[in-house]
Order: sequence, then C-alpha cells, then structure tokens
Amino acid sequence: MLRFILTRVSLVIPTFIGITMLAFFLIRLVPGDPIETLAGERGIDPARHEQLRKEFGFDKPIFVQYGIYVARVLQGDLGKSLITQESVLTEFNALFPATVELALCAIIFALVLGLPAGMIAAIRRNSIFDHGVMGISLTGYSMPIFWWGLILILLFSVQLGWTPVSGRIDVLYYIEPVTGFLLIDSWLSGEEGAFKSAVEHLILPTIVLGTVPLAVIARMTRSAMLEVLGEDYIRTAKAKGLPWFRVVTLHALRNALIPVVTVIGLQVGVLFTGAILTETIFSWPGIGKWMIDAIFRRDYPVLQGGALLLGIVVMAVNLLVDLAYGLINPRIRHNR
Amino acid sequence: MTAETMDTPAVAVPTATPPHPLREFWSYFSANKGAVAGLVVIVTVVLVALLADVLAPHSPYITDTTIALKPPFWQEGGSLAYPLGTDAIGRDILSRLIYGARLSLLIGIVVVAISIVLGTVLGLVAGFVRGVTEILIMRLMDIILTLPSLLLAIVIVAVLGPGLMNSMIAVALVILPHYVRLARAAVITETSKDYVMAARVSGAGTLRLMFKEVLPNCTAPLIVQASLGISTAILDAAALGFLGLGAQPPSPEWGTMLADAREFVLRAWWVVTFPGLAILITVLAFNLLGDGLRDALDPKLKRS
Repeated sequence: MLRFILTRVSLVIPTFIGITMLAFFLIRLVPGDPIETLAGERGIDPARHEQLRKEFGFDKPIFVQYGIYVARVLQGDLGKSLITQESVLTEFNALFPATVELALCAIIFALVLGLPAGMIAAIRRNSIFDHGVMGISLTGYSMPIFWWGLILILLFSVQLGWTPVSGRIDVLYYIEPVTGFLLIDSWLSGEEGAFKSAVEHLILPTIVLGTVPLAVIARMTRSAMLEVLGEDYIRTAKAKGLPWFRVVTLHALRNALIPVVTVIGLQVGVLFTGAILTETIFSWPGIGKWMIDAIFRRDYPVLQGGALLLGIVVMAVNLLVDLAYGLINPRIRHNR
Repeated sequence: MTAETMDTPAVAVPTATPPHPLREFWSYFSANKGAVAGLVVIVTVVLVALLADVLAPHSPYITDTTIALKPPFWQEGGSLAYPLGTDAIGRDILSRLIYGARLSLLIGIVVVAISIVLGTVLGLVAGFVRGVTEILIMRLMDIILTLPSLLLAIVIVAVLGPGLMNSMIAVALVILPHYVRLARAAVITETSKDYVMAARVSGAGTLRLMFKEVLPNCTAPLIVQASLGISTAILDAAALGFLGLGAQPPSPEWGTMLADAREFVLRAWWVVTFPGLAILITVLAFNLLGDGLRDALDPKLKRS
C-alpha cells in the first residue's frame, strides 16, 4: 500500500511542473508588452519602463524568470490583482468557499437522484423507466447549462416567483463569515430568515450545476449495476433465498459503486467548469465569476493565479480519488 | 489489390458471401433507433445550413427597431412574417438560427478536424517512436486533461483574444488529448500484430507503416470519438460565445445570441429559449449518433 501511495504521489510532481509552466508561458502569449499594458493608454517614459522591467525581472532569461515564478508560487506568492491591488491568494481564499459550497450541493443533488435512478433502471432493464432515465440523462449530458440556467430562471423566478434570480443571499442580511459556507454561517448567525434565504438562493444554481454530473452518475451507475448483477455471486445470493432488496442494495451496490466513485472524482473538473458558467448566470460571488471578470478587466495575475490554483485543486482531488480507489479496491493496489 | 485475390484457393470459397462491410454496419446501426433519429436531425441541420440563403425569410443582420421584441406567431402580437419572433433590435430570430446552424457545424467540423489530424499524428509518433518523445507527448496530454476543459479554453481565449477563430483553436487544443491517447493505444496494440511485422519485413519504412498499414486499422475508435467530439466542440464554443469570448456580435452564433438575450430574460422568453433549444437538439443528435456508431463499430460489443 505504501508503495502504491508513493508512486501515485510522485506522479503529481511532473503534473505540477506542467501546470506551472502552462500558467507561466500562456500569460507570455498575451500580445504586447506587459508593462505598457499595465501603464494603459497614458504611456510610460523609457527610464521608468527600464526600471519596471528590472523590478519585474523581465530582463532575465526566460527560464530564470520561470524559476523565480515557481519559487514564488511555492511560497504562496501569486502576485497582486492589477485592479484591487489585493494578493491573488487572499482573494481566492475569500471566494473559494462560495464555489465549494455550490459544487458540494450540486454533487449531493446529483448523487441523491442519480444513484437510485441508475440502480432502478438497471434492475428494470428495458422497462419504460429504464428508457426514460437513459433518455433524460443523455439530454442532461448534452445540456448547454448556461441556457438551462436561464430557462429555470424564466420558469421558477419570473413565471412562478418561487426563487430569487441571483446572488447568494438577500441583501437584507449581513452574515459574518465564519466558515465561508453561507448555509452554515447563516444558520449560526441565528438571524431570522437568513438561512431560508440562503437555501432559496442555492436551489437553482445547484440544479443547474448538478445536471451534467447527475446524467453521468445515472448512466454510470446503471451500467456498473448491470455488469455486477450478471455475476455468479449475485446468483448464489439469490439462490440462497436472500431477499431481493438485500441482494441489490448490499451485495450488488457495493461492487457497482467502485467505478461510480471514480466517475465522481472525475466530475470535480466538470463541476469547476460548470461553476464558471453557473456563477456567471446567477451572479454567484465565487471563483468562476471572479475569473471571468478578470478576463474582461485584463487582470492577468488573477487569471494566471486563479487557473493555477484551480488546476492544483483538481490535481489534489484526483490524487485523493486515486488513493481512495486503491483503498476500496485491492485489485488496483496489487496490480501495479 | 491483386495480391488479395490472386492466391485464394477455389476450395475455400464460402458458400454464402459475407455481407458487404457497409451493409453489415448499417444493419447494426439502424437497429439503434436513437442513433437513426440523431442522424436524421444532423442531416436536417446540414441541409438547413447549406440552404440558409433560400430558407431564411429575412437577413440575419438587418435591424429594425420598429419591430423589436415581437413574440412568436402563436402569441398575441406575433405574426407569421417573423415565426419565432424578433430580438431586441428587430432581427428575425428564425433567420438568425438558420444562419447560426452554419456557424455551429463549421465550428464542430473545424475543431474536430484540427484535433483529429494533430492528435492522430502525435499519437502515431508517440506509439511508434516511444522513449522520451512518447513520455513528453503523453505527459503534456495528461496535464491538459487534468485541467477542467472549459477553464483551459477560457484561459487560452483570454490570452489570444476573443473571437471565433481563437475559440475554435482553444477548444481544439482542449479536446486534443482524447485523440492522441486513442491513436497511441491503437498503434501499440496494432504494431505487435503479424501484418505489421510482415510489412516491416518486406521493407516498408516507418512513415508507410504509420499511415498506410496501422492508421486504417485504428479508424473505428477515431470515428466514434470524432462524432462525440463535434458535440463537445459545439457545446464548448457556444459556452465561450455565451461568456462573450467566442464569436462576437452581430454574428448569429447560437451561444453569442444567448449572451445578447440574457438581459431580456424577464421580458421576452423567446429570445432566450430558441437559441438554446437549437444547441441542445444539435448536441443531443451528435451524442446519439456517436453512441450508435460506437455500438455498430466496436467489434467487442458485436453479437457475432
């Protein structure tokens, strides 16, 4: 097991180097001189230009610059936002909980609906229910979620008036951030209606962000379940006279969950991608909206730092899923 | 050609000739109703795109504020002259959707063409050359796969500058790893087979081995991936358009149309509904087709 962990962890190093290189060199592709971009339309006098070039280290060879960049990143220094002059890491830390809260709710939503739907579809193979689940999940998988969000707003916010259109909580409330998760913070604050308001604001974004993972999980659960249900030990369990329900939930589901866990891990990237769109639609103050805003303000340090940090988070989650996978499935651990 | 037919001994001629490969493929493919439906939709979209000049009742660009935000014909105030209504500056939505079909298909085809050509070459090189080259190529692909796809595309477009061409390049780069991996895996299984050895013994060079011998035998998975890739490309390019990073207004690209329509969600449901519906139906059709192709082409799943 230790060897398995060490191999997996060591594989992260080249990926990390790659992500930093990508973040570093992509920004170099921005057309024009970075200092002139910084100075804006007013221009800059040549002496000051030279001084700034030295200050930023642009006069050094490119690989030295990359080395300096990585050294800084490892110390947690990702530069400052050009607009707010705030450290990129500080801003990221302040906004990240909002994205995580949304992503967690979305994945829970997807699991709660997707696992049972996939299971029942597999048990009732070729029934109307099965065809329905498969049809809906393929539609969900093909869904342009930025449109889906607008349609839900149209239906539930505009027509029915059930849910708010945007934001995390009603402007009436000021909630002191404790955990950064508004659901918990508004609960802790004890302010009347605050928790309800937070929940109402969360419903539509959760559905929008959870749609694609829901479709993927339902499909995956169904096919994993079908495979397991055909195995001999299930027939044995049935032959022993165990109740059907017990066989399905205890014997079959356990093994069917193994591929599903991997799929859930892979959904982390999908969730962050979806979060960018979902947050834009619902004006959700998270990482996605922050980065899109940065693009339009030409705030390159934010874009660079944000992409790097998201890449690292996804990498870390993938590593954890890999390790968990080895833990629950001995076949993987011993094969390598 | 002659080498195959020349030395077939007369005794071994089978009594019933096997079905033509295309006919066999069609019999598997047509058994899948969803795939056929997908194919029908795609053919329709292609026809609409080709005949846009004939089919569209109006120009997709001409604005007329006197008829702004007209509802679809079945609603109070709508008229058959503008069947799906008009947008905020009086452009006919149906005509814009029809011209948008051109853009979406173009995006899908260009993106997949770029990534399939580049991906196949990189995959073939990785599979044939092995060693450091392979490690470098595959590691780079792993890194691209690690990053969330749309995030990477957004960063690339942000750096290159918004626009249709740049967004196509970005999406093509993001879906590239799938083709590289497929091609490499196929090459590695194929090169160990006898026919490659035979070709090598008879003096075929590496390039000939790569493109004439091995590549034709790896096409099935690549075709399936291409069909699924078109749906991803259309979806991601539309998302970029929606974020204001893809095709720029007044282009009738479906995602860009949605971006324009966002602020009218409270007043005019039709401006928002139809472009997204067009994206959904087209993407769904390509996904259905891809699933059907996979079932029909994947020999492992065939009930032989």
